[in-house]
Amino acid sequence: MKSLVCLKQVPDTETQIKVNADGTGIVTDGIKYVINPYDEFSVEEALRLKEKFKAGEVVILSIGPDRATEAIRTALAMGADRGIHINDDAINSSDPFVIAQALAAAAKGVEFDVIFCGHRAIDDDFGEAGAMLAELLQLPQVTLVTKVDVGADKKTAVVERDIEGGKEVVEVPLPCVLTSQKGLNEPRYASLPGIMKAKKKPIDKKTSGDLGMVPEAKLQSKNYTMPPVRQAGKVFADMEPAEAAKVVVQALRNEAKVI
Amino acid sequence: MSKVLIYGEIKGGKIKKTAFELASEGRKIADGLGGDLGAVVIGSQGEQFASDLARYGVDTVFVIEGADLENYNSEYFAQALAHVIQEKKPEIVLLSHTMQGKDLTPRTAAKLGVASIADCVSFEVDGGKLVGTRPMYAGKCNAQWLSLASPQMATARPNVLETVENPKAGTVEKIAFTPDNGRLSYTTKDLTLDTSGKVDLTEAEIIVSGGRGMGGTDYSLLEEMASIFGPAATVGASRAAVDAGWRPHSDQVGQTGKTVCPNLYVACGISGSIQHLAGMGSSKVIVAINKDPEAPIFSKADYGIVGDLFKVVPEFNKELKVLLAE
Repeated sequence: MKSLVCLKQVPDTETQIKVNADGTGIVTDGIKYVINPYDEFSVEEALRLKEKFKAGEVVILSIGPDRATEAIRTALAMGADRGIHINDDAINSSDPFVIAQALAAAAKGVEFDVIFCGHRAIDDDFGEAGAMLAELLQLPQVTLVTKVDVGADKKTAVVERDIEGGKEVVEVPLPCVLTSQKGLNEPRYASLPGIMKAKKKPIDKKTSGDLGMVPEAKLQSKNYTMPPVRQAGKVFADMEPAEAAKVVVQALRNEAKVI
Repeated sequence: MSKVLIYGEIKGGKIKKTAFELASEGRKIADGLGGDLGAVVIGSQGEQFASDLARYGVDTVFVIEGADLENYNSEYFAQALAHVIQEKKPEIVLLSHTMQGKDLTPRTAAKLGVASIADCVSFEVDGGKLVGTRPMYAGKCNAQWLSLASPQMATARPNVLETVENPKAGTVEKIAFTPDNGRLSYTTKDLTLDTSGKVDLTEAEIIVSGGRGMGGTDYSLLEEMASIFGPAATVGASRAAVDAGWRPHSDQVGQTGKTVCPNLYVACGISGSIQHLAGMGSSKVIVAINKDPEAPIFSKADYGIVGDLFKVVPEFNKELKVLLAE
């Protein structure tokens, strides 16, 4: 079973984000970067499929600056076989379409039965690259996947996905693009031998020129701002529960007017 | 010709409220640009919603009918939507950032060679261009985005844009379209819908959420509170509660779960980690119930009660019942 896993390095969820002085982006100093949590589910699922079929390959494909190498190495330490690192200023922080184009161009040089993407990256929160990649490669997509069962012949997979207030079970022909959702699995930690082995695994570096693409941005951002600071309201301490409950319920009706 | 086109999502035989949010916003934008507002509905049941869409300002309702279009499928719906966009050439296309919208929009955008400004909480038109303001990093900051390509596509966060009645003709135009099923897609084998009528977290007006302080899987006190509030209320959970296996992952509020913006968010036994506060910080009113007076959640709450949630919540429910029965 051959999987291509698209992976993004993002600021850790406990990061306090600050906007830079000219409002063109965020302050990146001191940020701790991790593998996008949804991409970790992808890596784990790809490894499990390789283990289940006792054959195959897990290729990690990432776009980002030099530091993204760490995220690829972490995935290799979890057990992936090799990495492809697209590092090009015109692509690294571009919009989802350009990202999907670069992923598609790189994917054309890889053999795969399935492509995994996180259903969104927790930094820019677009959540578009997976479906766009599927479309650009003319493959079926199943998004927000929580369970994957690949048939013995590797021709189809039965996949569970989240829908509003429920679950949908679909059968999808392979190859396809699946986007991972929380609940898919519990990602493993990299073992010490895994970390040692990862150092020797190949990471292929690519630029837009190598991919034969001329990136043309479709979206542009401006005016990064911090959300309005929420002021602490009234806190009721040292009160009988019944009394505190009454005061707050009344305030929700008469003061906040939300009930 | 429609300058602005919105997508009317149908679910369970009903048109979603988010369609009216889009229609109201689309009307404003179309008026600003001096053009018409169109709406696309897919499937033969779509026609019956034309008058509803008209009430919120839609001039023309495009009903696309054809094989493979009766039930949602990403590839076939994206083909249909892209077809209408190519035929009608709107400048701006708006969808909702619902589960279906998240699946359909990028696939459609890629067919058209554009990207979508995802999950916007407000829109403005500047020099004839659509500018969408969207939270990033789960709401830790915001930025404005605009499209450099045509059509300009965007999705709107559910439950944020106001619905405004502004009756227009809502003329129905039927469009027959047969998707190319040479393009492979999945087939739906089973659809399990929660029949309790539980509203999705991202669309709930009131969320009662429980964290580590719940101590286990028994959320009956919070379920009771949500049921007293009524059908627009639902129960959520923090990452700690989900990771402990107490609640399903689909209930998780926060940066690795859902970003929510209800009118009222009641946080019970949730200390308020950075990633949780980011995910619920845009709620209109926040109530926190926690026994730790130092819990960060109190710095964001409009009303805080320091106390044992197992003592406070039953009293809270009692008071609510009395008040809401009036």
